[in-house]
Amino acid sequence: MLYREAGQFKTSYAADQQIFPIRQDRIGIAIVLVLAFVAVPLFAKFVPDTGQYLLSAIFIPFLIFSLAALGLNILTGYAGQLSLGTAAFMAVGAFAAYNFVLRVPGIPLLVAFIAAGLCAAAVGILFGLPSLRIKGFYLAVATLAAQFFVVWTLVRFPWFSNHSSSGVITAQKMVILGYEFDSPIEKYMLTLAIVAIMAVAVKNMVRGTVGRAWMAVRDMDVAAEVIGIRLMYTKLLAFAVSSFYCGVAGALYAYAYLGTVEPEAFTLDLSFRILFMIIIGGVGSVLGSFLGAAFIVVLPIVLNVFVHGLNGLLQSTVQWSLPGSITSNLELIVFGGLIIFFLIVEPHGLARLWQIGKEKLRLWPFPH
Amino acid sequence: MLHRKNLITPLIGLVLAASAGVAAAQEQFVPLLSYRVGAYASGGSGIFGGYIDYMSYINMKEGGVNGVKLAWEECETEYNNSRGVECYERLKKKGGGAALVQPLSTGITYSLIDRVVVDKVPMVTLGYGRTDAADGRVFPWVFPMITTYWSQADAMVKFIAKKEGGDAKMKGKKLVHLYHDSAYGKEPIGVFQAYAKKLGYEFTAIAVPHPGNEQSSQWQQIRQIKPDYVILWGWGVMNPTAIKTAQRTGFPREKLIGVWWAGAEEDVIPAGAASKGYTTAAFNVSGDKLPLVQDIKKVVYAKGKGNMEDESRVGSVLHTRGIVHGIITVEAIRKAQEKYGKGKVMTGEQVRWGLENLNLDEARLKALNAAGFMPPLKMSCADHEGSGLVKFQTWDGNQWKVISDWITPDKKMLRDMIEESSTKFAKEKGITLRDCSKES
Repeated sequence: MLYREAGQFKTSYAADQQIFPIRQDRIGIAIVLVLAFVAVPLFAKFVPDTGQYLLSAIFIPFLIFSLAALGLNILTGYAGQLSLGTAAFMAVGAFAAYNFVLRVPGIPLLVAFIAAGLCAAAVGILFGLPSLRIKGFYLAVATLAAQFFVVWTLVRFPWFSNHSSSGVITAQKMVILGYEFDSPIEKYMLTLAIVAIMAVAVKNMVRGTVGRAWMAVRDMDVAAEVIGIRLMYTKLLAFAVSSFYCGVAGALYAYAYLGTVEPEAFTLDLSFRILFMIIIGGVGSVLGSFLGAAFIVVLPIVLNVFVHGLNGLLQSTVQWSLPGSITSNLELIVFGGLIIFFLIVEPHGLARLWQIGKEKLRLWPFPH
Repeated sequence: MLHRKNLITPLIGLVLAASAGVAAAQEQFVPLLSYRVGAYASGGSGIFGGYIDYMSYINMKEGGVNGVKLAWEECETEYNNSRGVECYERLKKKGGGAALVQPLSTGITYSLIDRVVVDKVPMVTLGYGRTDAADGRVFPWVFPMITTYWSQADAMVKFIAKKEGGDAKMKGKKLVHLYHDSAYGKEPIGVFQAYAKKLGYEFTAIAVPHPGNEQSSQWQQIRQIKPDYVILWGWGVMNPTAIKTAQRTGFPREKLIGVWWAGAEEDVIPAGAASKGYTTAAFNVSGDKLPLVQDIKKVVYAKGKGNMEDESRVGSVLHTRGIVHGIITVEAIRKAQEKYGKGKVMTGEQVRWGLENLNLDEARLKALNAAGFMPPLKMSCADHEGSGLVKFQTWDGNQWKVISDWITPDKKMLRDMIEESSTKFAKEKGITLRDCSKES
């Protein structure tokens, strides 16, 4: 009843080809954007304590990891190339942005971010070369090399961290057109704007020639080659675009989120976390990247807050609470259990659940 | 319907009563960014256990700091930077504001350096973190107290020189720095090189990639160099592996000198008999016979309020290091109360004054039942390290035995290095140096 495209007639090619062809989807996206761009900052303004905590500890990292997951989803979800080097490409982005701002006087910050993304893309292409010969798990191992090589390089050559004795970099102030982004709200708005624009760009990309070529390669590369898709170009483009997204995410991770980063922050562990995001969120889905990031970034925090609240209640009522080691492990157990639960219920990820929900909604309230 | 209502109403009442109870009592809140799961769980549970035990001890024995009870909440970071930032953001405003924060992770320390300035929460890092933050003019809110990695490296060279019979004997000796290939392991190399120039020993740095559970090739290289001493700057599983591999290669463990993060029971017991004779640095003394540990056992553990689940770990190296964390916290609050009002809850800014003016001399340590337990400490606006003293201990197969006095590093040389690095940072970030002569 509510969600139905009946009666929405397309009278022009432009209307037929728009990114969100169903009116309800457009309204939904508009509401989400208004919430994100207007309601959240307003909330943070009027409830500063909670608002700042939510922005700087939850929303900003959520957006940044969504962007990184989006990047990996381009490569793994759409082009079918398994990668374990996501964190490495993020590291390239973070360190490149730092060095551009440091060494090129007067460079605009956004230009530095784009240049950092391009650096990551170049490294991505380099480590994407083996994908022309190897596939699947073997490719994952090849990208694993990127993971170790990049971190090793950043630790080994002090030039990258401007000869800092401990090898860490401290992000410079974020100034765009003379305006300094330093409060959580400003950082959030900047991150959100970048992520929103890049997400729409992916959405657009994957329904066009490029995206279709990626999916053709993913589904069967020999067949794709037979119908005239250039494998090398397509695969390397996927690596480049994916790494570009990860690079920008890495730069934001350093500038808008942590402020000071060490190369060791970009470990294999982080790559795995981003891989889990797209597996749980939905491989080959833009929405899935966001859902997966929310699941991996936000859910442990929610569990932690919940267990703490429970413990506080126990403490005040029965003068007894669970010891620290048990509460910490409890979170992990519940979190792990939920991952398994969701993968059994819907192996294609949370995005697929949403899609099923939409299809049910189309028939509601009169299912056949 | 009715009975569900009956269940919910008292529950809401309880929650309200609980929150009101917290607000009414005068409590000083200390956020704990702890980690009790993951690869570093044994370190986290030991140190945070000791930290909590000492705060419970002060609450139970003295009723808090001049009547202000200490309150704390743990937040699990999993030793993960973004979780650490989240925990910090969640807890910083709680209970009237955090007194100070001790992240116990170099990564989280780096992530918080900018944030503590904005939030005015002092951050104390004992024996880890950023060495050049010892320059209080550039880092007013960061306190790498007691001793830093550079002081430790310096003390190691001094310890070896003393063992060899003076600085002159160091000429032509060979030193190998076997380090965890990370910012942590690389940090002291500059100091070792500076001393190599000064004393004329040959210095080689050999990296062990993380996690370090396979070191045959590194020890092969060590065998070829035939060093007089090997410095083990390791972490986690790398430490017992190094000790075992040293035994296999026939390198005497007496000549293997470990960093303080390689000097806990958890590092030597897995290596078994191979660990006997292995020496490490330490910035506090351990053992469950210490009077302070005994007293904590009597006051806290006898009432069943101890934090360590495995009581045999009480008094271990990590647990006593946690007690030092507690002493610093409590004494900084006490010092701040001297200026801003006894029996009042201090803000982060006031605790920072307390930290900068902290003076734990022998007499004060004795009053705390901690004479000889940790080095005396005198902080100032410019010097956020305060001591720099290091002791050395040897594993005799059953326990750690202290084998040296407090060794004082070459403060002048280290200070120059610190200022060089911190002013560079200040320039990069556009920070104006604080004028310490104007601080009261």
